[in-house]
Amino acid sequence: MTDSWSVAGRTFDSRLIVGTGKYKDFEQNAAALEASGAQIVTVAVRRVNVSDPNAPMLTDYIDPKKVTYLPNTAGCFTGDEAIRTLRLAREAGGWDLVKLEVLGEAKTLYPDMRETLKATEILAKEGFLPMVYCADDPIAAKQLEDAGAVAIMPLGAPIGSGLGIQNKVMIRLIVEGAKVPVLVDAGVGTASDAAVAMELGCDGVLMNTAIAEARDPIMMAGAMKLAVQSGRAAYLAGRMGRRQYADPSSPLAGLI
Amino acid sequence: MASSNLISIQLNGEKRSFEGPISLLELIESLALKPNKVAVERNMEIVPRSTLADVQCADGDALEIVHFVGGG
Repeated sequence: MTDSWSVAGRTFDSRLIVGTGKYKDFEQNAAALEASGAQIVTVAVRRVNVSDPNAPMLTDYIDPKKVTYLPNTAGCFTGDEAIRTLRLAREAGGWDLVKLEVLGEAKTLYPDMRETLKATEILAKEGFLPMVYCADDPIAAKQLEDAGAVAIMPLGAPIGSGLGIQNKVMIRLIVEGAKVPVLVDAGVGTASDAAVAMELGCDGVLMNTAIAEARDPIMMAGAMKLAVQSGRAAYLAGRMGRRQYADPSSPLAGLI
Repeated sequence: MASSNLISIQLNGEKRSFEGPISLLELIESLALKPNKVAVERNMEIVPRSTLADVQCADGDALEIVHFVGGG
């Protein structure tokens, strides 16, 4: 069964997007990416190390021609910083599909939605295709969509917390209301969390720490691949209704 | 007599001196960086890669040279 999804006209088979931070080394990062089956990776934009230009680079291990690099603005606390970062990213990479993330404070890394919305409008006007990290707020999600977001990426729990999907009701409402893809971004801790996100009808899941900080990141990457596929299949299959009381699976007739 | 023409540049937040005249492309290559793997901002303005050879650095320029690194 092919079950691809599209964002801004680009089609992908894998519904798992993985980050490239926090790994022990580039080899482990590349191996985890391979095991995850992901076709998109998030990357950061940072100053080059002018004192050591021959230091190994991410692009030596993960080929931007084979894997879609999604430049992210993690670490930006104002819309202006994020826009500046993405203008540089567009020049470095040559593509318009980007991930916008404007953080409100360091403690929670919760998004600043006022800045996020303003930046989304400006980026869309400049021809960017922003996938946008946001609060689990169905109204803000609609506003982002109207402002030009090509994907809505609500947090499942604080970035790097691994607490799992905390607000299933709101994630589902965002999915129901959105005309663009919805991907849970942040908060996944283990495979069942990824499955929950997919069972809610999300188009995909983005994660980094859950894989990078697992005892065996490569094995966890494989587990996440299966969990995303499994959660997606369960969503498509349509789960049974919930009952308040028991309902036996064996026939009541013919009991000895 | 060759006159020394040192220009001072704020490069990624650090003060550096270069022998001028020097284009942005020459400056990047002098740092052993690959121009096709970086993006350059000069005085808060993006410099398109295709024009790096045409832009001459000026004394007091603030340059940011960035690339992609691992991140979430």
